[in-house]
Amino acid sequence: MIFNQEIIKPENLVYTKTKVLTDNVMHYCPGCGHGRIHRIVAEVIEEMGIQDKAICIAPVGCSVLAYNYFNVDSLGAAHGRAPALATAIQRLYPDNHVFTYQGDGDLAAIGTAETMHACNRGENIVIIFVNNGIYGMTGGQMAPTTLIGMKTATSPYGRDIHLHGYPLRITELLADLPGTYFITRQSVHTPAAVRKAKKAVEMAFQNQKNKKGTSFIEIVSNCNSGWKMSAPDANKWMEENMFPKYPIGDIKVDGVKVSK
Amino acid sequence: MTEEIIIAGFGGQGVLSMGKILAYSGAMQDKEVSWMPSYGPEMRGGTANVSVIISDERISSPIISQFDTAIILNQQSLDKFEHSVKPGGVLLYDPNGITKLPTRKDINIYKVAATEKSAEMGMVKTFNMMVLGAFLKVKPVVTEEYIEKGLKKSLPERHHKLIPDNLKAVEIGKEIVETIQTV
Amino acid sequence: MAKELKLMKGNEAIAEAAIRSGCDGYFGYPITPQSEVMEYLMLEKPWERTGMVVLQAESEVSSINMVYGGAGAGKKVMTSSSSPGISLMQEGLTYLAGAELPCLVVNVVRGGPGLGTIQPSQADYFQATKGGGHGDYQLFVLAPASVQEMYDFVFDAWDIAFKYRNPVMILSDGAIGQVMEKLYVGDYVPRWTEEQIHENAPWAAFGKPATRDHNIITSLELDSAKEEIHNQKLQAKYREMERNEVRFEEINCEDAEYIFVAYGSSARIAQKAIQLGREKGIKVGLLRPITLFPFPTKRLGELSKQVKGMLSVEMSAGQMVTDVRLAAENRCKVEHYGRFGGMIPTPHEVLEAMETKIINA
Repeated sequence: MIFNQEIIKPENLVYTKTKVLTDNVMHYCPGCGHGRIHRIVAEVIEEMGIQDKAICIAPVGCSVLAYNYFNVDSLGAAHGRAPALATAIQRLYPDNHVFTYQGDGDLAAIGTAETMHACNRGENIVIIFVNNGIYGMTGGQMAPTTLIGMKTATSPYGRDIHLHGYPLRITELLADLPGTYFITRQSVHTPAAVRKAKKAVEMAFQNQKNKKGTSFIEIVSNCNSGWKMSAPDANKWMEENMFPKYPIGDIKVDGVKVSK
Repeated sequence: MTEEIIIAGFGGQGVLSMGKILAYSGAMQDKEVSWMPSYGPEMRGGTANVSVIISDERISSPIISQFDTAIILNQQSLDKFEHSVKPGGVLLYDPNGITKLPTRKDINIYKVAATEKSAEMGMVKTFNMMVLGAFLKVKPVVTEEYIEKGLKKSLPERHHKLIPDNLKAVEIGKEIVETIQTV
Repeated sequence: MAKELKLMKGNEAIAEAAIRSGCDGYFGYPITPQSEVMEYLMLEKPWERTGMVVLQAESEVSSINMVYGGAGAGKKVMTSSSSPGISLMQEGLTYLAGAELPCLVVNVVRGGPGLGTIQPSQADYFQATKGGGHGDYQLFVLAPASVQEMYDFVFDAWDIAFKYRNPVMILSDGAIGQVMEKLYVGDYVPRWTEEQIHENAPWAAFGKPATRDHNIITSLELDSAKEEIHNQKLQAKYREMERNEVRFEEINCEDAEYIFVAYGSSARIAQKAIQLGREKGIKVGLLRPITLFPFPTKRLGELSKQVKGMLSVEMSAGQMVTDVRLAAENRCKVEHYGRFGGMIPTPHEVLEAMETKIINA
């Protein structure tokens, strides 16, 4: 019989939460990828020893309160404008580590111009782009990345290309811009995927340290609430439906597109 | 003394820069000055005009609609501004391209054939300074010494070698100005 | 302070003042009639001299959000634009006001509505002084009437912005932006060092030292009871501005029976109209509000007891006149005279309006 008191004895601890995350209880739905993505970003910041240099730009969307969880100086941006804030701050503080944390609606719909132009200027920032194909916070409306046929609150009969246009693969578009240095697409739905995603985040912040230009990490994630599925089903659905449209893997490394 | 001037012509005739040199010269001579360009669609190759005020007192409005002097370099500008010259004021024009002469009887009218003269002398680039010379002959609101200082201040350093040519053009302008009518 | 004489456009004076006042960053987007601000900065390359960052953004929306970022990080940052561009910035401005960020926004106003004209106008008074974006907020609004004031007010703007943690707007117009006048410039004020930023803007997000909790810049508050308290704090700040920061200029008001109330270019025109009026024996003066928010309500109230009438002269359909009427509280006649869409009234017109609308009415 093992008691709680024994489990939490220092010698029995196998894992501690990084200090770059606060003790605030996250508001994310159970099974959502945001918690894991927050954790790997925070761990990289801690491991690189850049907590005092890191500045987080939070979006509007499910991660609007990201600044309550990242224990770094933070700013909440207007919807879609995070890359504009990041541009200014990184230029004003060139040795800091400014990163944006944005969802698909924020980054690929309302903030398309800011995203494209920050990347095109090769701003020395890190962009974490969480793509779950839906507007989570506002209650499950269609996003630019919503798949064809996918049902949402504003595409109740499924996304129809004649009515809504096509899913936007903004990550591939950004890879065409000379300003982007590192572009990758990852996921966090299995332990192996989490480890790979964390490596990508680390590479992004290393690039930034070496002033290489824009590093952009898309993380294809689930939204079991918005998709109206259990968390395991959502992950399975993501593998079967999201990954074919948004394939996992590096797209551009060291400024060179990866040949497929 | 307050002198309110409009300079008007085609874009490319050096209207704005003539006004600028005049304003700079006035400023060098410790006068109050303002330079207010027309701006906008007409900036792109159409007509250009600038109003310049040189005064011994603080200038109230830099935006003026009545002028002590109108310096006119094309027909459109003559049509537009002849009636805005204050009674007893001055209208100075270059006859090149002018087909409808000024008709006012209550103003002083002068002519300077600067287009023709500058072409004849191979000094097309200092055409506007000839016109300025003509104006200064009629209305010596700034002295020559300050024109040189104004040129130095308004031209970038790399163009300072052109100052003697500009001053020569001012002199020629003074010589060739003709009186048409005085009141 | 050593004073150096220059001859400059109002727009160039804004740019020169930015460099000399220790501005850290300018973010803008071209629009007539204020493009000379960024053109001048790009030509001057202040990043080589003072370290000031200058960037042409992809839109006004982006510029104002760059300003939000820089301001949130404790830097002296600014943008400039003209009316249609300022409309695009309203979202950013309400966020800046909500998050209580100091910054400078210059509006060189042109005729509207819509794309309108590119000639001078004062039709953005309501937008500048009554909020403009959503929510209850105020910008601090300075109205320069000369190239010298365009320059000087940039320096003043930083003091006010950081004193109150509030966006400051310089509300100018196409005429003041485009006119070239004599300008006396002073010494360079150095940009703040990192230590000075930490001391003057301890609330800013510039990177969290181990010794303090993380700073968060946001205008979001999910708890409406807390948001009400935040609003009360903002309102208290605006009342403090009204108590401490009202600025105006009076010309010939001592014996005036009638006064013009006018700011910016219109005040210059009204000044000329005073000369014409006095020549005709009319005792006329001018009150020129220099701060449009806070408005010189108190002084206008006093003058309303002295004079027989006030004419608000604006290049608009009559916006500031509402504030003049509130100040006069029916103690004297208050009327408006204006031209719109980029048309500029003449001094004769203005004097005539005083005669027909006030004196002989």
